[in-house]
Amino acid sequence: MSPDLAVLNGLVEPLQYAFMQRSLAVALMVGIICSVVGSYLMVQRLALLGDAISHSVLPGLAIAFLLGVNIFIGAFIAGVISTVIIGWIHTRSPIKEDAAMGIVFSAFFALGITLITTIQKDNKIDLNHFLFGNILGVTAGEVRDTAIIAALVLLTVALLYKELLFYSFDPLGAQASGLPTGLLNAGLMVLIALTVVASMKVVGVILVLSLLIAPGATAYLLVPRLHQVMLLGAGVGVFSSVSGMYLSYYLNLPSGPAIVMVVSTLFALAFLFSPRYGVLMGPGRGRAWQKLQAILRPKDGVS
Amino acid sequence: MAPTPSITIDHLSVNYRDVQALRNVNLTVRPGKLVGVFGPNGAGKSTLVKAMLGLMPLVTGRVTYGDDLLAHQLNRVAYVPQRSQIDWTFPATVWDVVMMGRVQKTGWLHRFSVASRQIAKEALDRVGMAEFRDRPIGALSGGQQQRVFLARALAQEADIFCFDEPFVGVDQKTEAVIFQIFRELAAAGHIVLVINHDLGESITNFDQLILLNKELIAAGPRDWVLTRDNMTRAYGGHVGFFGHVA
Repeated sequence: MSPDLAVLNGLVEPLQYAFMQRSLAVALMVGIICSVVGSYLMVQRLALLGDAISHSVLPGLAIAFLLGVNIFIGAFIAGVISTVIIGWIHTRSPIKEDAAMGIVFSAFFALGITLITTIQKDNKIDLNHFLFGNILGVTAGEVRDTAIIAALVLLTVALLYKELLFYSFDPLGAQASGLPTGLLNAGLMVLIALTVVASMKVVGVILVLSLLIAPGATAYLLVPRLHQVMLLGAGVGVFSSVSGMYLSYYLNLPSGPAIVMVVSTLFALAFLFSPRYGVLMGPGRGRAWQKLQAILRPKDGVS
Repeated sequence: MAPTPSITIDHLSVNYRDVQALRNVNLTVRPGKLVGVFGPNGAGKSTLVKAMLGLMPLVTGRVTYGDDLLAHQLNRVAYVPQRSQIDWTFPATVWDVVMMGRVQKTGWLHRFSVASRQIAKEALDRVGMAEFRDRPIGALSGGQQQRVFLARALAQEADIFCFDEPFVGVDQKTEAVIFQIFRELAAAGHIVLVINHDLGESITNFDQLILLNKELIAAGPRDWVLTRDNMTRAYGGHVGFFGHVA
């Protein structure tokens, strides 16, 4: 077999297993919605909020598991409650928003870890899978739930695109033109919570922030408009989550760290080589690039 | 078309973080005039406009436009915030920003119509920025950015135009373009309210002035407001402006 065919075979062969097909489906969907929703977080400078919501879903997940309810629903409710409490502390006291986030998400996270550690002694539930992702272990039910969430998220973003663009760029101007910015903001929080919940099994709650922010940030260095950032970001997100899935399969890694290492590498490449913003590119930035080229170039004068 | 009514501000008091920012302002803003809002830093100029539009809570008072609260008729308002409020690294082009002016008129779940695009295009032409349509907003000069925001306001086809410090970081050419359009808007019978702080020559562009310092000092025709006594009450004894004082 030629090397090319061997690579192709290495990619296709695992897909004969049903569990790999489920993993691939979830990787595709999560790669897309994380990048799209995460683009709003990035442009609104709310990256920390993504982190807060993702850490806050754990207790809801544990309680739902104990009650025999769909864990996605429990996790979603906990995520939304955490944003409400953060907002409440922030508006009703002199505590700043980032401090409120730090307090709330670590409290929720601690409660979640405590609950799951307690119940996992008697039940088939593995804390590590929620912390670091276990894409190869998704069930058919989780594929279905992820598909429902993905459809909901993408439909909402498509239908409210122009309003969300105005709001996220100029909230005051949008409010002054009569848009219900409070509702738009709440809608955005719900989208983020849904996306985090759908991504739990893929990247895990600790690292989901990376899949939310890095694809959009990578695309932002390459294209100038928000919808382009979302589309290119979705490509970056899908590439990362799918390659992370294969790394997880072949190297027996937790899927979260594998995916995050891929997407971080892509960001690093854009950071160095983006035609507009790349550290090694463009006028005035040429010196480092020329030096690097000089080092890499075969030294014709020497031989 | 019915003539634009006036805005009536009645016993308006506003707090900013538990500190009183404006006390008991009573004021009528009439259409057809270019109205400047002046006062020292921290006088409550931005607060007045934001409170009028319901963007911050009132402690007392009400602001009406025609028969209803102005805050209920924001679809008739175009507001341009201070430059510093905007993230200029946002991934949007000039065209994206101007089309934001058509969002409210287009309505939920609808795509921008051909007519909307035409209106946005004409607004960009009017401020002389048509050739910059596809530029990222971050790649423009301060004056160009302000003209794009003016185009967005024009595209809103509003009856009430409010601008917060539109001349900050703006070149001479842009200042002339913007004042020209402000005058045209006023002449067309709109309400045009402009927050400014420059007491230099440009003040002569305004027909009417509102002078604030945590309360209303004076409001009315320019020469009537610009008295030594009013200026001292607004700015204290240290104002380097007497050239135009009546």
